[in-house]
Amino acid sequence: MTAQENTLLKQSDENLALRGARVQIVDDEKTYTWPKKLDKDIKGIIAKYPSGRQASAVISLLKLAQKTFDGWLPVGAMNLVADTLDMPPVRVYEVASFYDMFFTQPVGKHVVRVCTNVSCMVRGCYKVLSEIEDELGVKAGETTSDGMVTVQEFECLGSCCEAPMMMIDDHYHGNLTPDKARDIVKRVKEGDVPTEASK
Amino acid sequence: MSVKQLHTLSVEDKIFKNLDGSDDWHIKGYEKRGGYKGLDKILKTAPKDIIEQLKASALRGRGGAGFPTGMKWSFMPPVEEKPNYLVVNADESEPGTCKDRDILLYDPHTLVEGIIIGCHSLGAKTCYVYVRGEYIDEADHLQKAIDEAYEAGFLGKNILKTKVDVDIHVHTGAGAYICGEETALLESLEGKKGQPRMKPPFPAGAGLYGCPTTINNVETVAQVPPILKKGVKWWTQFGRPNNHGTKIFSISGAVNKPCNVEAPMSIPLKTLIEEHAGGVIGGWDNLLAVIPGGSSTPMLSAIQADTILMDFDALREVGTGLGTAAVIVMNKETDILAVMTRISRFYKHESCGQCTPCREGVGWVWRMMERLSHGDGEIEELDQLFKVTKKVEGHTICAFADGAMWPVQGVLKHFRPLFEAEINKAKKKSKQNNTAKSA
Repeated sequence: MTAQENTLLKQSDENLALRGARVQIVDDEKTYTWPKKLDKDIKGIIAKYPSGRQASAVISLLKLAQKTFDGWLPVGAMNLVADTLDMPPVRVYEVASFYDMFFTQPVGKHVVRVCTNVSCMVRGCYKVLSEIEDELGVKAGETTSDGMVTVQEFECLGSCCEAPMMMIDDHYHGNLTPDKARDIVKRVKEGDVPTEASK
Repeated sequence: MSVKQLHTLSVEDKIFKNLDGSDDWHIKGYEKRGGYKGLDKILKTAPKDIIEQLKASALRGRGGAGFPTGMKWSFMPPVEEKPNYLVVNADESEPGTCKDRDILLYDPHTLVEGIIIGCHSLGAKTCYVYVRGEYIDEADHLQKAIDEAYEAGFLGKNILKTKVDVDIHVHTGAGAYICGEETALLESLEGKKGQPRMKPPFPAGAGLYGCPTTINNVETVAQVPPILKKGVKWWTQFGRPNNHGTKIFSISGAVNKPCNVEAPMSIPLKTLIEEHAGGVIGGWDNLLAVIPGGSSTPMLSAIQADTILMDFDALREVGTGLGTAAVIVMNKETDILAVMTRISRFYKHESCGQCTPCREGVGWVWRMMERLSHGDGEIEELDQLFKVTKKVEGHTICAFADGAMWPVQGVLKHFRPLFEAEINKAKKKSKQNNTAKSA
């Protein structure tokens, strides 16, 4: 097979990966229970919605589960959410596989999402991304071997006036240059993660 | 009637006075800037009269479609057995658009006040604000603003002794562009995959949990209080008829000073870029093309950009749209074919997979773009590509597929010679290679 045919095949393969279609859920054979201290939070989230409509809380609880249990969603954690909300488990798997912010596979301790959509692209995001990949020694979509950082190429994060930008865990970092991005990621690699957004 | 051409707004006339974040975003700052003043008077006005004023103001939705807000609100039935809902769409994910983010971050009380009035006008007691999942700090600011408003007595039961009850809940998403489509948003809010619903029934008849629901963009809702307070006459002095008011423009890409700026509608694009965004990098002559309203709207050529006015009707006349007013500027250093291919990839990634023409079509179009932008193909395939975009457009449940096809049609319209040049270059190269091999 020529290199070109190979790329085309890879592309068409990727094309089949529709939202959720290729997601494999992973059973790590553990049972999960909510820590007692989250009881109040969970009740508060469910109380936002009319009675009988508790399924509305599924995204919030999946996020909470992901945050509580190692940053990703094994089957046990999703089943816990299904139990809590009295939903069929498959409905929860569907949701977890549809949205980009959920991980159904193990993931690094910190997640670096680099926006590569149009406004960022015009302002040189791919240089930023390759600088980050170089610093961490991984490609977008991969996790460093020590399990510390996962890098993702992400769709528009809605901070186009600060392009190019990236999101590290919960916060945005804008107006990046390749050097600035490398500095921030270097800190993340060493566990010194920025606790607030930067412009 | 002569149209007053304003290019900048005085601080007085700005609705989002703290859009740049230079002042306090908490309730104290907002009240100092005139917020919540006169709210009780509006809450004592009959909903019917409020909706009449909105109709007279010709306010059109700021989320992309530009549907008249007054008319939308008038579709809501009176409350009977089921409750009415107001849902605010803060799932801002159209590439290029970042206006709602700055509203949530720096002026969240404008939205809260808009919601209070919106709920009163629509007969709703509960409002959900659907904030995109990635906006974590932004949702946090909004929640804090809501808490402050409860404390000050602007939310909850019997607000300011007017017998109006309003509760606001923040609901966050988890990363899916399609949830910005109003019925997909409702599905997501109900705890399902965000796949758009068939219409009819329209949300005003059966929306959230099957109840009458109105869905509005953040900016639209936040603009309602000033229109009611300052009057229709004040509002209609900005912009051309049917396009009145002020609007936040997000200007990004190859400009010297990317920014969100609130400006009068119908402002010339050139003025907008030069006066508010520091001009095109390399000067106006270095301009290649402009996407006027987020990645879904077809691009304008540099010649069109010279004279076009930024409003719904002017852009529609030239075959594009105002969309979310996210102006993405591309100069001559931009590899436009690569950028447009990237946009196609975005739509491929975001298709919800429900309708066949979209699910199959966006991937097909992306692969064609990928190939042809590298010159790998035949010139006739450009026509084929155009034809396929026309077959996908308009054949799906929601407007996503249309938005995915328009930018491709736009690039084929304005930059076909670039594709042709790439194809010819590749052909020449392979011919040379063949000759070299045989020699």
